[in-house]
Amino acid sequence: MSNTDYLLAIEDLTVSFDGFKAVDALSMYIDNNELRVVIGPNGAGKTTVLDLICGKTKSTSGSIKFKNKELTKLAEHEIVRAGVGRKFQTPSIYENLSVYQNLEVSYPVGRSVWGSLTFKRTPELAERVNRIAAEVLLTDQLQMEAALLSHGQKQWLEIGMLLMQDPELLMLDEPVAGMSAKERDQTAELLNRISQNRSVLVIEHDMEFVKKIAHKVTVLHQGKILAEGSMDKIQLDEKVIEVYLGH
Amino acid sequence: MHVISEKLLGGKQGAVNLLILALLLFVIFPLWLDLFRLNLLGKYVTYAYVAVGLVLLWGNGGILSLGQGIFFGLGGYCMAMFLKLEASDPVSTKIQTTPGIPDFMDWNQITEIPFFWEPFKSLPLTLLLILLVPTFLALIIGFAMFKRRVGGVYFSIITQAIALILSILIVGQQGYTGGVNGITDLRTLLGWDIRTDGAKYLLYYINAGLLILCILLSRYILTSKFGMLLLAMRDKEERVRFSGYDVSNFKIFIFCIAAMISAVGGAMFTLQVGFMSPSFVGIVPSIEMVIFAAVGGRMSLIGAVYGTLLVNFGKTMFSETYPELWLFLMGGLFIAVVMFFPDGLAGVYDKYATRFNLAGRIAKVIQKISKKALKTVGEEA
Repeated sequence: MSNTDYLLAIEDLTVSFDGFKAVDALSMYIDNNELRVVIGPNGAGKTTVLDLICGKTKSTSGSIKFKNKELTKLAEHEIVRAGVGRKFQTPSIYENLSVYQNLEVSYPVGRSVWGSLTFKRTPELAERVNRIAAEVLLTDQLQMEAALLSHGQKQWLEIGMLLMQDPELLMLDEPVAGMSAKERDQTAELLNRISQNRSVLVIEHDMEFVKKIAHKVTVLHQGKILAEGSMDKIQLDEKVIEVYLGH
Repeated sequence: MHVISEKLLGGKQGAVNLLILALLLFVIFPLWLDLFRLNLLGKYVTYAYVAVGLVLLWGNGGILSLGQGIFFGLGGYCMAMFLKLEASDPVSTKIQTTPGIPDFMDWNQITEIPFFWEPFKSLPLTLLLILLVPTFLALIIGFAMFKRRVGGVYFSIITQAIALILSILIVGQQGYTGGVNGITDLRTLLGWDIRTDGAKYLLYYINAGLLILCILLSRYILTSKFGMLLLAMRDKEERVRFSGYDVSNFKIFIFCIAAMISAVGGAMFTLQVGFMSPSFVGIVPSIEMVIFAAVGGRMSLIGAVYGTLLVNFGKTMFSETYPELWLFLMGGLFIAVVMFFPDGLAGVYDKYATRFNLAGRIAKVIQKISKKALKTVGEEA
């Protein structure tokens, strides 16, 4: 595959589990500073695509290039270090650490065994933790044990943990699941803010939320792309209405 | 100074707790106990090394190894091999068929010292190997397990299997290892008789001092970013991995450190008790060590030491009168602790210590006593 100007170029990507192709010859391109939303019915392969990009699942064939660097051969932590951050579907935070510590763990300094043993807490770290805590609306909860946060706050904390890593590509799996209407609005604002200097790939079911954030929408169905384009265009697409949006 | 107190002592509370332990080990026990009991206590203190290692590995890292006896035993065997070679000089073994080799080798028709015994003729090399052999084995096991993401109960079972294999190997290779009897009849260390009263006192103090050092080292690890990562890994390993950390390296490292600390305990055991045998390598001692840590508090370095001392004290008391009931009691104790006090004695202590500001009060008392002592010394002068 030739080099491209895209931040992320997925080409001909296939993964098969015992013959079942969860993702089937998928090609998808994401620009710099783009906010892309992937939608699709259950079992369409949305989460699997994220798993493939971040290395949780190994592909059967095809390529994933991030800044023209092949990701399919890298280990998970190497993909993260290349600049890809991923939020899981259920909030995945360290319940027994404080919010501050949760953010600190994600700070991308002292990532080796030796580095972590000799790591010193710097003013830059404190400044960054405070700035990101403010960004994800958790300033008042910094010293609180993360287990005590509400469900929505846990989702924000995990987004904050990703922001600590300052990734160039941020992947979010259903970031507003289980959130109240107000929290959804706040999250939409947050995503619009943070996508100004990085690319964001979001999986989401909530169409109202998708409308608020998406630059471009990709519809997946049975491991393949059914349609791609602006939200308005997608909503009028006959095939999409047939399999996903409903009449 | 501030950094040192935070990093090594764990703040005011941690420093006071460590001071109390040091006072008990260095002053109160030696004054209170006769030499026989003190030597017994010294033996328990060597188990406490393993418990401290388990606090790092299991309590903080969430990795339950049921084979820490492997490393305790290897450390002990390394020390015993050196002492045995020294005890087997040609003069004292002149009645053997082949004088100058350990007695059990002679009994098994071995006529020269096997190659892997050679390095143990040198004390510096022996001391180095006490640290390196167990750590290297832990590195290999850790590499094979953690790089393949073997964890949880599978890891526990495999460590247990390795402990069993090693103890069977030692028993089976009687000519090279001393078999089921172990390596016995150890006498001198570079000509210094380790069986005298003076030597026993000195070894007890070295033992206690090294334990405090190991606690300080562990405290440093736990208060660093590494310690926080251990807790994070215990909770959500995937999240740590997808935050850019190579999780397996962290697990291998902490497994190696726990092994090394256990090995120091094993070597001190050999020196104080005067022998080493496969009964300290296998499954039962390995599980007992886990119980010590659990009773004391698997999150607390100092708690684990008290847990070890108390359970062993109980064992000695109880098994003198009802030997057959002890194992049941120990099993019951373990279940009770896990069910009702998951943080062990340390958890109970912390709960009440913070409620009554125990650390503050004790610190005040110590301050008062030291002031008074200084005053008296001043007046006398």
